[in-house]
Amino acid sequence: MVAKRIIPCLDVNGNRTVKGVRFNNLKTIGDPVLMGINYARTGADELVYLDISATSEGRKTFVDLVKNIAREINIPFTVGGGISCFKEAAEMLNAGADKIAINSAALSSPQLIKEISSVFGSQFVVVAIDATQINGCWMVMSRGGQIPAGKKLLDWALESQDLGAGEILFTAIDNDGTKEGFAYEKIAQLSSVLSIPVIASGGAGKAEHFEHVFKEGKADAALAASIFHNGEISIKDLKCNLLNSGLNIRI
Amino acid sequence: MITIIDYGMGNLFSLSSSLVRLNAPFIITSDPEIIRLSDRVILPGVGEASSAMKNITNCGLEEVIKNLTIPVLGICIGMQILCKSSEEGDTECLNIFPPKVKRLRGEGIKVPHMGWNRVFNLKGELFSDVNEGEWLYFIHSYAPELCDKSVSHTQYGEIFSSSLQCKNFYGTQFHPEKSGTAGEKIINNFLNIK
Repeated sequence: MVAKRIIPCLDVNGNRTVKGVRFNNLKTIGDPVLMGINYARTGADELVYLDISATSEGRKTFVDLVKNIAREINIPFTVGGGISCFKEAAEMLNAGADKIAINSAALSSPQLIKEISSVFGSQFVVVAIDATQINGCWMVMSRGGQIPAGKKLLDWALESQDLGAGEILFTAIDNDGTKEGFAYEKIAQLSSVLSIPVIASGGAGKAEHFEHVFKEGKADAALAASIFHNGEISIKDLKCNLLNSGLNIRI
Repeated sequence: MITIIDYGMGNLFSLSSSLVRLNAPFIITSDPEIIRLSDRVILPGVGEASSAMKNITNCGLEEVIKNLTIPVLGICIGMQILCKSSEEGDTECLNIFPPKVKRLRGEGIKVPHMGWNRVFNLKGELFSDVNEGEWLYFIHSYAPELCDKSVSHTQYGEIFSSSLQCKNFYGTQFHPEKSGTAGEKIINNFLNIK
């Protein structure tokens, strides 16, 4: 059967992979292409690159970067961050991206999901959903987690699926950056309600968290950034641990 | 010269990049004359079967492809349209490989089948020096049935043909150009078929 996937996420500003707290105090941590090659070599199943520059100049640089990634990397990768229309999605496809992640643009115009997936296929469209608990209810947030989108998490995930999303990338905002574990229950619920794969994000701090997100959370894939970038967890060791715990993992 | 057939089905950048990494010179075209003069041909593709067949017909390539005697490799939808027919869009295909392409089914499985899965019962030159049970990258909702032309099996819900071979025609449901070093090995094996 299909393996559970481990996905490092790289935030990119210009030509650099960066790390920052809530997009402030951005610190360069490496070259996106070289980091990607290294992750692919050490067993990453896929990569996600997010453009956080949010300027037109930055976007041009990002498209060139996507081409360089596609030239050098022999595993699948997703690109996202500010993709706002069909034309920009097509630009990413032509630059060699395997999938695009759309978030705020899909919230303000859900038909965009249909528009892109009907031309390029569902497998090309990942809908990224950031959500937080408001009065005990999981609500979707837009614009990098800043603005309430007025939609419930499950409703929006199902709507995205119906419109042609091939995958859901779910980030639990309250868990993100805590390193205290994923939002297991909510991920499990999403995963059982949806018929498309779920990538879990937010809260990874140690190897056990990944085991739990696959076993209890029923996630199809798990995404993390800083713990991989700063070497706290090596993908190779992580995958060996997960395999030994009885999960179906590609080694 | 290797020809990658450009029939308007998705992005050819990943595939051409993997050929560049393997130092294999290639040309991307839909010109029947160039295709006929090639040493080998790759039919890539991402997308939907009926559109893929329509594009092949519109490019005037149906007979050209069927009559090729050099090694031909269909990847993903490129393999599916070499099969008899596809449930996707109820499509009659090129009928080089005998199986029908059917929607993936099975209890509790999510469609599309997306990610790394294993190939077993490996046969033929395509898998020379590739390990039984190797992991390769899949992304699809339809797959060819098992048949006597299957040269690898994969299980996702049911067991399907993850690759096929019939004379000089080869096909893979997985994406070798996205399957790390194992995938590069398979492309290289195809390039080295005598």
